[in-house]
This record gives sequence, C-alpha cells and structure tokens, in this order.
Amino acid sequence: MTKHERVDFGAELAQLEDIVRRLEGEELDLDEALRLFEDGVQRLRRAREQLALAEVRVRQVLAERGGALRVEPLDG
Amino acid sequence: MGDALGLFDAASGEGAWTVSQVTRRARAIVEQGMGPVWVRGEITSFKAYQSGHWYFTLRDARAQLRCVMWARDNRRLRTPPADGQQVFVLGAPTVWEEKAEFRLTVAELLGTDADGAWRLAFERARAALERDGLLDPARRRPLPPFPRRIAVVTSPDGAALRDIVAVAGRRWPAAELLVVPARVQGAEAEAELCRALGLLGRIPDLDVAIVGRGGGSREDLWTFNSERVARAVAAVPVPVVSAVGHETDVTLCDLVADARAATPSAAAEAVTPDREEQARRLDGLAQRLARGLRRRGERMEERVARTADRIAAAIGRRLERGAARLAAAGGRLDALSPLRVLARGYAVARDADGRVLRRVEEFPDGRAFRLRVTDGEIAARAGGG
Repeated sequence: MTKHERVDFGAELAQLEDIVRRLEGEELDLDEALRLFEDGVQRLRRAREQLALAEVRVRQVLAERGGALRVEPLDG
Repeated sequence: MGDALGLFDAASGEGAWTVSQVTRRARAIVEQGMGPVWVRGEITSFKAYQSGHWYFTLRDARAQLRCVMWARDNRRLRTPPADGQQVFVLGAPTVWEEKAEFRLTVAELLGTDADGAWRLAFERARAALERDGLLDPARRRPLPPFPRRIAVVTSPDGAALRDIVAVAGRRWPAAELLVVPARVQGAEAEAELCRALGLLGRIPDLDVAIVGRGGGSREDLWTFNSERVARAVAAVPVPVVSAVGHETDVTLCDLVADARAATPSAAAEAVTPDREEQARRLDGLAQRLARGLRRRGERMEERVARTADRIAAAIGRRLERGAARLAAAGGRLDALSPLRVLARGYAVARDADGRVLRRVEEFPDGRAFRLRVTDGEIAARAGGG
C-alpha cells in the first residue's frame, strides 16, 4: 500500500505562519524578504489547492490471503 | 490493641476489649479482607425508607445476607426491586458496628432478566478494562488537526459510511478516506471488527480512525460492548473516534476510544477541519504576507533614500574641497606660466625656426629675429649700437 501523495496542509500552514512572522518582525535584507515572500506565495498556493479539491477520495482496504493489504476503489 | 485477639489478655479483667472495639475490629478485617463482589440472589424483606435508603435481604436456598443500598446509589434505578425478584448486586461486604451485623453495601443492582444480564456483562468487562488501565483518561490522544488519511471501520454499505463520506467531503476534501469493511452486527461482527481494527496499524501514514455504525437497538449495538472489540480499539496506534449511533448508552468502545461522537456524522466532523474556516485563515495570512513585504519594501526605500542623501552630501563636500584645491593649484601654475613672466616686462627672442636665442653670440649684427612680448610678437634685427 502506497504512502499518500497529498500535501500536508498543517505543515504548509505552520511554515506559512512562520514566514509571515519573520517578514513582519525581523530585520531582513531585500533579497531575503523577497525570497521569503516567494516561498510564502508558493505555500499559500499549495494550501489553497488543497481546499479547492472537489471531492474526497474514498477507497477500501482489504487484507489478502497472504496478509498483504490491497487498496481498491469502493463501489457503490 | 494487638493485631489478633490476645487470648491471655482477654482472659484477664484488665485486658478486656470493649464491645465496640471488637465490632470495629471485625469491620476493619471484613472490609480489608473482602473487596467488592457481584452477588446473585433473591430479594426478600425489601423496605425503602423515607431517607431514600433501601434495606433488603438477599437469599438463596441456604443463606441470607443483609443489604443496604444508599439513596445516592439507588437514585439511578428507575424502579425499586420487588420481593421474590432475582437480582445481581455489586456490593462491598462490611460490618455494621452497632449491631455487629455482617452486611453488604450495595452500589449496583441489576435484574437477572436479559437487561440485567447485559448490564452485568458490561460492568464486568468495564472492570476488566479499568484494571488494565485502558479507561485512564490520560491515555486519550488528541485528534490531529489536519488529517490526510482517515480510516473508517464500519459496514461498507451502511448509512454510517455514507454520512461520514458526505460530511468529510464537505468539510475537508483534502483527506483520503480508507474504508476498512467489517460487519457491525450479527455473529461475525465481533471477529470482523477486531480483524479490521487490527489492520489499521499496518496502513502507512494513517492519521486517525473512526469506528462505528448508525443507530440501532441495544442488541444491535452489542458488538461495540464486547471486551474483545474494546481491547482492539485500545490497541489501534492512531487516535480513534468511536461513533456508535445511540443517544443514552455509552458503549465500551466509547470508553476506550480517544474521543466519542454521538453519530457517525459527528465523528466525521470531529476528525476534519472546516475548509471555509481554513480558507479565511489563509486569506488572513496572504494579506499579512503582502503587507509584510510592502512594509519591508517601504523601509528599504527609505533606507535607499537616506543613503542617497548621504552619498550626495559626501560628494558635495568632496567637490568643494576639490574646487578649493584646484584653485590653489591653479594659482601656483599661473605664477609659473611664461606668459606671467612676459607680463612682468620680460621678452623672449627666437630665430625664424622658433629656437630661443639666449646668448650675445647668437645675435651677430644684422641677425633677424622675433621678439615675443606679453601681448604679441614683433620682428627685430640686431644692429650695431
């Protein structure tokens, strides 16, 4: 069974909050500020994409005779 | 007073115990020696006093046992038992010191009909789970705020699953729902639920699990009161939300789970964040991000402006100094200029080729030469004087 490929919203959010705090608080040179800003925009985009997903993905997990887990679409 | 009744002390007048010392001692021995026990018997001589306390005797074919059930404990029971009724009681043996009467202080009283038997089994299983520390509130884990992978242990064609998919899909479509199918009622339900719960530990990256079913009669929900199922819930390595659709009864699964929800929909709501709320949160962060950079830019501009001013001022000062030095240098240069010498009245004689004539012998009689004075040149000829 595979690892999930979806973005970790919580991690993106935490990073984003950290970036905003640094941008608001720290003494940064312009290059660093721009780099942070761009990083923040990327994360914002990824997080928003998660919210925009249309449908929750539903699958079922079955154990095979040998004990391995099999994931398949849930019918119905 | 010694630990055992001292026969020799008791045999002499001075060593005699008082009656209350004996009954107090007997009570301590009984209470320490016998913990709470479940007892089955027939009710006789039932009497409910004005105070609310109940007094009755439990008996079987060979013996009788006096019982008291305090008002605070019997208040929960809907109806008092009747003489002749078979019951189970959970009671702590003690000795009533004033009468030296051995009796049971009853905490719980159940009929032996199906309902009572059910309660008894429940209480026994609950006590076993409690002994193993599985009901300790400190065991409860917090639910993850942003789950990516949610397992749902339930019947694949039940209303519970439909409700969970609908609620999770509306609130947090970023999640992936993994259904681990199990029958939730009937003879196979206990084994299937245990097996499904056992699979959860092998699902990679699982964040949280819901186990449950929609509402049903007490018999329908019985599987969720199985001690085996409860232990399987307790063994799941991620936080579990128990969602057995019922209003009043708490199941054993509810007790061992990390959180309890009254319905499957409520469970789905408990494990998912609300996307509207998170969208607003992101909007707020986006604004702060933009504002942060703008402010940073403004500050940068101010700094650049200040720096430019300083540079301009520095250059200005430098230029002034340079001009003064230039003027001074110009003065010195000027003093050395041959034109200045000429201006003072000197003249330079040069031949036709422009060579400077310095000596008398360079001026033979009749030699034509040119004389440079301050404001121009004149032709001249050396002549006898």
